[in-house]
Amino acid sequence: MSNVILEAKNLSKAYPMRGGSQLTVLEDINLSVKEGEFISILGPSGAGKSTLLRILSGLIEPTSGTILYHGKPLDQAFPSIGMVFQSFALFPWLTVLENVEVGLKVKGMDRDLARQKAVKMLDLVGLDGFEDAYPRELSGGMKQRVGIARALAIEPEILFMDEPFSALDILTADNLRNELIRLWVEKKLPIKSIIFVTHNIEEAVFLSDRAIILSHNPATIRAEITINIPHVRNKNMKEFELTVDDIFTILTRPKIEAPFMLRKERYQFLPHAKVGAIAGLLELVLSKGGTVDISEVTTDLGLEVDDVFPLIEAAAFLGFANVKEGDIKLTDVGINFSRSDLLQKKVIFKEMALKNIQLINQIYQVLTTTEKKRISEDFFIEILENHFTKDEAWNQLEIAIDWGRYAELFAYDYDSGELYIEETEVEHIEKR
Amino acid sequence: MKIHITFPPLKGFSMSDLFVLIMLFAMISLVFFLGQEWKGDLKSVASISLEYKNLPYYVIQSVSRIGIAYILSLCFSIGYGYLAKKNRITETVLISLLDILQSIPVLSFLPGVLLAMISLFPNKRIGVELASIILIFTGQVWNMAFSYYNSISTIPRDILEVARIHRFSKFYRFIKIDLPFSAIGLVWNSMMSVAGGWFFLMACEMFVIKDKDFRLPGIGSFIQMAANEGDLQKVMVGLIVMVAIIVLLDILIWRPLVVWSQKFRFDTVQSEDEKESIVLNILRDSKILDKIWDSIESKIDKINNYLVNRQIRNIQVKKGVFKKLLIGIFFAFLFLLLFKGVITTINMLSEITFNDIFLLLKAGFLSLLRTLGAITIAAIWTVPLGVIIGMKPRVANVLQPIIQIAASIPATALFPIIIYFLLKIGGGLGFGSVFLMLLGTQWYLLFNVIAGASSIPQDLKDIAELYKIKGLRKWKILILPGIFPYLVTGLITATGGAWNASIVSEYVVFGGEVQKTLGLGSLISESSASGNFSLLFASTLLMSIIVVTLNRFVWKRMFLLAQEKFRLD
Repeated sequence: MSNVILEAKNLSKAYPMRGGSQLTVLEDINLSVKEGEFISILGPSGAGKSTLLRILSGLIEPTSGTILYHGKPLDQAFPSIGMVFQSFALFPWLTVLENVEVGLKVKGMDRDLARQKAVKMLDLVGLDGFEDAYPRELSGGMKQRVGIARALAIEPEILFMDEPFSALDILTADNLRNELIRLWVEKKLPIKSIIFVTHNIEEAVFLSDRAIILSHNPATIRAEITINIPHVRNKNMKEFELTVDDIFTILTRPKIEAPFMLRKERYQFLPHAKVGAIAGLLELVLSKGGTVDISEVTTDLGLEVDDVFPLIEAAAFLGFANVKEGDIKLTDVGINFSRSDLLQKKVIFKEMALKNIQLINQIYQVLTTTEKKRISEDFFIEILENHFTKDEAWNQLEIAIDWGRYAELFAYDYDSGELYIEETEVEHIEKR
Repeated sequence: MKIHITFPPLKGFSMSDLFVLIMLFAMISLVFFLGQEWKGDLKSVASISLEYKNLPYYVIQSVSRIGIAYILSLCFSIGYGYLAKKNRITETVLISLLDILQSIPVLSFLPGVLLAMISLFPNKRIGVELASIILIFTGQVWNMAFSYYNSISTIPRDILEVARIHRFSKFYRFIKIDLPFSAIGLVWNSMMSVAGGWFFLMACEMFVIKDKDFRLPGIGSFIQMAANEGDLQKVMVGLIVMVAIIVLLDILIWRPLVVWSQKFRFDTVQSEDEKESIVLNILRDSKILDKIWDSIESKIDKINNYLVNRQIRNIQVKKGVFKKLLIGIFFAFLFLLLFKGVITTINMLSEITFNDIFLLLKAGFLSLLRTLGAITIAAIWTVPLGVIIGMKPRVANVLQPIIQIAASIPATALFPIIIYFLLKIGGGLGFGSVFLMLLGTQWYLLFNVIAGASSIPQDLKDIAELYKIKGLRKWKILILPGIFPYLVTGLITATGGAWNASIVSEYVVFGGEVQKTLGLGSLISESSASGNFSLLFASTLLMSIIVVTLNRFVWKRMFLLAQEKFRLD
């Protein structure tokens, strides 16, 4: 049996909200990291992956639950960890070499020794010759190499990587992934385990021995999949494709099939999707015969799961599509919507949004009952802040405004920050 | 273009090193000189000699005062920033306090500071010297404190997490993250602050309280004395020397600092125009400085290492009780201070008569009109000129240095000359003071407009060209919205400056006579000079209220609007 380095038990994280309620981000997370494991944490963005990573690394305190590092509580263990950030998080005023040395000098390493070690790490990640460059002179890929070298230099037991390649272009990211896995497989990295956060399914399957799949709102562990394909993996292999498909199915299964299975007291969470993109997705599905595999949609559009999920979810919310076993299937209304011209589309969208979207319905009701048919956005923000964080409340309202504007249900005056019903619409209501 | 000065090498010891050594030596002798000068009795410096041969001594002492006040400001700003970041409560309290403190003009601090210092060092010159330094400090510190607080509030989360992952001690975090992060803002605000120091130097080196005359030898008091005696030639000489010193300091200190601080930009792309400073190049070539720098760095590493180890050893030791006690004492002290403040306020205000209130309101209204007048006039000439300069880089290259020198002249030093002509043509200070305020504040506006106009993106200018948008329409559609955020920033700084300048422009001594006009500024100056503390307090309070209210309800809103609607990104 291999040696367990890190063990998390019943982790939960909740943030206090206005009005005394709580927003739960993580719920009942259990996982353990063994020596020699490459683990990926996979889930849609906003799911709390990064929060989980930061809790595991000791940067954030969990609300409840414990983390053991070699059997000792984390806050007393002084764990040996390194972290690679999505934003690289390099010090722009230090040279590449100095950036890598920082971690070593803090540990009190002799200056010459620190320099030798840093140079060695830079060689390992392929940056020899760039020691005296400043980060702003480097491309994104190069910057992340520095980030990795800095994390490796202190020879951490566990290397945490927070979506390290998602800010890079596709080719660069591919290149870095390949190099990372080679170094890992050849055991050239001075580390014992890697925990890798990503929203890219292929990336997780390509790299990790074990993928932990999170649901969102709040994040719980939905499944753990062990991946036994030998390295270096090939994306065109049957086994690879099957695993990717499996994860797709898991990720889409319960959540989208029944959006209203959400607990009754919970406020509907509008997926971050613009109307134009939703309509585009529906048309694509229709052109493929009305039913299509979700992974096919993603590869067809050259998009990542993260981009397509909100669209599918929104289509399901609005009643334009159903999701089943990793397939997306248009409803009759959805088919009708996709075949209509713009004006008809708006009529259908209006009907469905009023019927299915809680927030839009609420806004419309409030506006039609007030005398001036006009009300400040703050009114709705205040309501939303009882259910969401401040930023999310604004996101939600922004989406509702986008959808409502398209449906011509209500309009929004940016300068005064007010939502209102347009004159023609007012007459229309009064006639009724 | 890189201007590189090379000197013949001197056996592993370069001319740069010589330069550095001379600088070090000069600094040490300066400390001895000041020690000798300032430790004496107060009586020996009752008057200021107007002989030119004394000018070098005066200059050295003035520069030292500003320098010491500046170092104090820097330390205070950093301490204040940390205290504010400590927790939510201290943050709200300290930041609003800063807002209020910022609105209090320098002279309002004078009597309190001076009396405290004189009772600490009776009849010693060092007491008055310290009072002068503290006065200069109060004119310099607030914007620096704001800048530092803002910088450390906006450090990206990831960078802080890097520090925590690698277990930086607080000290190491300060050196390696907080300082670099705030460097650019601090350097910029330091320049503004020191310029403010020169502006109020005359008022800070020579003051009258309750018929007692305090004079400290310095270039500011030299000019003031010359003005008092109506000697225009000496005023001019003093002014020229002052400007020369300011330009010299700019070359020796500020320019190198600005260039050096560019290293701490937090952008990810390389910018085209890297600035150059000859002095900085010399310093960079110095081997001695290299050695010193190196040993400082390794000391820093050692200190950090010691702190980290101590922290690891002490992990289980709870220091909670002691800390709580300290916080308790701090708040008790704060409360006591507040209590005392309230009592004093009531006492002071109870002496204010109905007539005084009427006078105060009238003065406040007049000063308000003057400040508005001053910034309106400033806007009328700076906006068109600034736009022309900002939109045409070639014009900017020619005019920029000229404007910079013009802006570096402390307007207060010009006052005597202007008053002289004002009296000749028979004008009063009522309108004259508007002109004096204008002199002090127009530059803030001009520089901001230039920056705004040069930030208008080329593609927008191309569109205007393509659609033949010209004249007024171009101003309405492109230029005004484009410069709006910068204009607002400039207006905020300029108005603050105008209020501050009112105390020296509504009350001017020239040729042995006091020239004044009714206004809050002159009330403050006058009541400070005559020792009427309750009136001084009341007028300061009123000015503070007006400035803070304007900031909160007018400027802040415009600023938010500018940030939200007229952002160009």
